[in-house]
Amino acid sequence: MTTLTDPPKGNFRLSQLIYDTRYRSITIQVIAMILVLLGIFWLVNNTIQNLSALGKDFDFGFLSQPAGYDINQRLVEYTSQSSHGRAAIVGILNTLLIAFLGCILATILGVVVGVLRLSKNWVVSRMMAVYVEGFRNVPLLLWIIAIFALMTEGMAQPRDFKVGGDASMILGDSVAVTNRGVYVPGVILENGLFGSAVLNWLLILAVLIASIVCIRILSRRADHIQESTGVRPTTWYQQLALLIVPVGLVLILMGAQLQFPYLKGFNFTDGIHLRNSLIALWLALSLYTGAFIAEIVRSGILAISKGQSEAAAALGMRPSRTMNLVILPQAMRVIIPPLISQFLNLTKNSSLAIAVGYMDVRSTLGGITINQTGRELEGILLMALFYLVLSLVISGVMNVYNNRTQLQER
Amino acid sequence: MKKSVFLGAMTVAGLAAGAAAAGTLDDVKARGTLNCGVTTGLVGFAAPDANGVWDGFDVGVCRAVAAAVLGDPMAVEFVPTTGQTRFTALASGEIDLLARNTTWTFSRDVDLKFEFVGVNYYDGQGFMVPRELGVSSAQDLDGATVCIQTGTTTELNLADYFRSNDISYEPVPIETNAEAQQQYLAGACDVYTTDASGLAATRATFENPGDHVLLPEIVSKEPLGPLVRHGDNEWADVARWTLNALITAEELGVTSANIAELSAGTNNPEINRLLGTEGELGAMLGLEADWAKNALMAGGNYGELFEANIGESTPIGLARGLNAMWTEGGLIYSPPFR
Repeated sequence: MTTLTDPPKGNFRLSQLIYDTRYRSITIQVIAMILVLLGIFWLVNNTIQNLSALGKDFDFGFLSQPAGYDINQRLVEYTSQSSHGRAAIVGILNTLLIAFLGCILATILGVVVGVLRLSKNWVVSRMMAVYVEGFRNVPLLLWIIAIFALMTEGMAQPRDFKVGGDASMILGDSVAVTNRGVYVPGVILENGLFGSAVLNWLLILAVLIASIVCIRILSRRADHIQESTGVRPTTWYQQLALLIVPVGLVLILMGAQLQFPYLKGFNFTDGIHLRNSLIALWLALSLYTGAFIAEIVRSGILAISKGQSEAAAALGMRPSRTMNLVILPQAMRVIIPPLISQFLNLTKNSSLAIAVGYMDVRSTLGGITINQTGRELEGILLMALFYLVLSLVISGVMNVYNNRTQLQER
Repeated sequence: MKKSVFLGAMTVAGLAAGAAAAGTLDDVKARGTLNCGVTTGLVGFAAPDANGVWDGFDVGVCRAVAAAVLGDPMAVEFVPTTGQTRFTALASGEIDLLARNTTWTFSRDVDLKFEFVGVNYYDGQGFMVPRELGVSSAQDLDGATVCIQTGTTTELNLADYFRSNDISYEPVPIETNAEAQQQYLAGACDVYTTDASGLAATRATFENPGDHVLLPEIVSKEPLGPLVRHGDNEWADVARWTLNALITAEELGVTSANIAELSAGTNNPEINRLLGTEGELGAMLGLEADWAKNALMAGGNYGELFEANIGESTPIGLARGLNAMWTEGGLIYSPPFR
């Protein structure tokens, strides 16, 4: 039997590599592979040639050299004597901060606007359409610069806040809106458990997360009781207590105090300084990406058949509950995959920070460090690696979430 | 066989890409224009005038080099660069010469692989503040917000100065001089710091220059000069000796007014060598005999360039100071033309 199905041996001709369908795909793959390898070889070779022509080597040693420059917004300890590597970390944290804040605000804006754009109220839905089309169709860089210019040119200088000046703090003298940014009250820990402020705040964050987990367990239990008895126990005060009491206790234990900004010398001191660059970048990124997310949310809602809301109405559900319990949970399945790419866009767009002098990783590692050390190739490679890893992490986390919201088919 | 030819061709292509660093003089001659990197706009040093023609002290150096090499001072392609982009532009071969208020430092010369061909302005870092702040010394700037151009030596000097004096400040990083000016005038920063000449040039463009004062402290040495890529000595020589020709001409009293007369021949041998009526200095550089004459005709000698662009008769109003001839107590000095 086998001898019959064996291909005739011995008369293999070279032309079979192209004309014989059994071999053609392999031939094409091998050729493609060779071309790709040659391309890579050429890129690497060209780089090596050019580096040696310029008399430069490939070395990451500069990361441990002192940076020599100052960074205004730093989430970790940093001075001009710190290393370039540390400056890169400061920049990375600033990028993460803006990406985190931006993703949250953009999501909130996007969901609210997306839902409102479907409103039956003509004025509301038109206004949302104007917002979406306005922000979606103007380049992001213009929005960043416009908001930045609005802040620097439109707000009062700190020295106008002096006694007799023509500007004053708002919200009971606790917030100052100046042309250098917004100063808001901050919390300081008088006697933290650890030496470093970061560790203390991490502890508080851990307590907060633990509280939230407890709240979820509590509400699961309530669900359980509701399912078995039909009566849902009132738990909101327990949940509220769980949220506030542990964190409050830790804060009191650490001697937390509210610090109000006040004018001293050239600038306000104490409190938290939200710089113009941060505000401009955050608002512009959020408003811009929010417009895209709004369209994604709208498409998700429209993807749910009208029968669903009619059925909910027939059961006597109010429109808001219909939206929260029937429409949005199903719409999420449509919304999340494109939402992931919007989050990635926002994160990568944050590298436009340089336009307003926000010290993200593009400005520190990819800007000043490269310029002072002349390590363009190393710096850009490191930066590309960072953005790649960050994007993959965001996409991985969102994919996990996506899998959980997908329809469970059995 | 075919594959090795292919690889060989690729290697040659790679080498050709790399070889852009060598033979700049021939490249410029073949191209017919000089690619010169300048600032994005600093009145007096390099800025386009009302007709869009670049003009200024650094621009004068570009034009002199173009005139020396190509015989035409207008054969210059100006490439505006920021503090951050300038070195990449030069290293990559996008520009042949960088004349952009660039400070000659050890690491730029040695580590970044550039060749400074001389100093055309001895400068130092200063501070400008609005007069109404009532600040009289940089020591009073504790807690101030300081506008600073990123990617410059001033950024590092600033950090050093405030650290060594143990005073705090808030840096506002800015990309170009124009942006810094706008931020400073809007009051988004209390202080603007850069080279003192740059401050004077910037202040000259203000509506009310008198409302702003330059503080007395000069916190660094900033020898500014044109630079080229490391490793192309012929090209570096052309740029260096063109600058030296401008300086020597002032020392010898050769001006754009009398150059036509002097180039007919004088009894001063050094003038004759400079202007190419005696000796073969031009040929040694690989240029025409009248290279220095062309360079001088472009905008005059060093002193003329200074007076016309940034001198006391201009709105910028810089005194010669350190930049006077060595014969007049300054530091401007050229090796002899011999």
